[in-house]
Amino acid sequence: MLDDFFIRALIAGLGVAIVTGPLGCFVIWRRLSYFGDTLAHSALLGVTLAYSLEFNIAFSVFIISSLIALILIQLQKRTNLPGDALLGLLAHSSLAVGLVVIGFLTFIRFDIMGLLFGDILAVTVDDLLIIWIGGPIILLILKLIWKPLFASTVNYELAEAEGLNPDRAKAVFTILMAGIIAISIKMVGLLLITGMLIIPAAMARNISSSPQTMVIFSILGGLLSVVLGLFTSLEFNTSSGPSIIAASLFLFILSLLNIKQSIKLKN
Amino acid sequence: MTSNQNILVKLNQAGFRIKDKWLVKGVSIQIEKGKIVTLIGPNGSGKSTTAKIALGIYKKIDGEVEKYTNKVGYVPQKISIDWTLPLRVRDFMVLTENLKDEDINEALSLTGVIQLKNKNLGDLSGGEFQRVLIARAISKKPDLLVLDEPVQGVDFTGEIALYKLIKKITDELNCGILLISHDLHTVMSATDHVVCLNGHVCCSGSPIDVAKNNEYKALFGEQASQILSRYEHRHDHIHTSKGEIKKN
Repeated sequence: MLDDFFIRALIAGLGVAIVTGPLGCFVIWRRLSYFGDTLAHSALLGVTLAYSLEFNIAFSVFIISSLIALILIQLQKRTNLPGDALLGLLAHSSLAVGLVVIGFLTFIRFDIMGLLFGDILAVTVDDLLIIWIGGPIILLILKLIWKPLFASTVNYELAEAEGLNPDRAKAVFTILMAGIIAISIKMVGLLLITGMLIIPAAMARNISSSPQTMVIFSILGGLLSVVLGLFTSLEFNTSSGPSIIAASLFLFILSLLNIKQSIKLKN
Repeated sequence: MTSNQNILVKLNQAGFRIKDKWLVKGVSIQIEKGKIVTLIGPNGSGKSTTAKIALGIYKKIDGEVEKYTNKVGYVPQKISIDWTLPLRVRDFMVLTENLKDEDINEALSLTGVIQLKNKNLGDLSGGEFQRVLIARAISKKPDLLVLDEPVQGVDFTGEIALYKLIKKITDELNCGILLISHDLHTVMSATDHVVCLNGHVCCSGSPIDVAKNNEYKALFGEQASQILSRYEHRHDHIHTSKGEIKKN
């Protein structure tokens, strides 16, 4: 069954969607979408390093993304530049350095489009293993830090005052973000991974009244987007990563209609 | 009563500054089980800062803080919650600790907002939200309650009822309370120890002592002093707002 590239793509996509669902909710709640973008851009550097040192891609991306996150935290402490400027600085410079490094690696043929937008149909059995082992680990750790992370998202001082150690939870969450980017980079690509994080969660926000339901809808939305997107890409021969994101956009628009209806009902 | 086991938090010459500006300096207070310590003082005198030092929110401080409990309930003066979070009152109640449904209901009933349990936090009025904040802080049955202007925005009858509730809870749980309040009437009704701040401890002691203190008079005026000394302790019944009755 795993011989079929389409089945592999489906299993990979579903595995990623289960993890991006809850992480995406935190990305929205904590206003981290540009942070996610920055980590994703830096992933290109990770990929090039993986190729040049013959390293595992997911592992190398994870290391580089974590490193960029650390650098960001240090820059925030040591400079007076606003957060978004620092994010932009890191995102584009790491992307640029990654592309420059690619220029030096003339002996390897890079599929730049695949890197930027993902190539879910080229997913191997090894990739599946990484997703289905790494994904549950990320979810487990997220469950362990849920209380302090969520409490400090709502209000930092309450969490700190009542002994929850929000700083540690934040640091762990940053590493989890690097982790999800590492395991999903091959599938949706570095330009679209933030979309995979944000759009299903945004859709879920429109139809949820509690954090738990938002997480569940976010996962369901991601799963549905993967299925819809992949079948569309098979049917119309469109590229798979963008098709998945487009499918999630479609679901988001549907969720907006739901809001309009409920407002009408109220009146 | 001053045996060491009863001490919950102890500040020893504690102070906090941002760069060269001291927000508060040289504060020594201790909060014990079953006692209410009240901080009073003009705006900007460092009351909230002192509370945050005691809570461990500010870490780079001068002096020492010894905290002997982690079971803390905190009602901050200002709370900026992102109202775009999908958060109902019941979700907010279990923010820092998992609670049984009965405990949630009991706390919400005590502060008179049980009917708001399934409402979105963003849809509450200021006074309603304040009641939820107090309910959340007491529901976890803390050893130490830190209440920073806990009844701001609450209607007049509610204010009295809530202060009575706070007093009752201290007795029931035998917890220590650090209270910050502008209402001198209420401060005097239940407080064991008053600390008058103005960037530093300007005077402290029992309410009567503080009322007689000249520095206090200089800070608050003669009238405030009369409020303190004239206060009479008189209440014979308890009712929460909206006629809610506590179930046992």
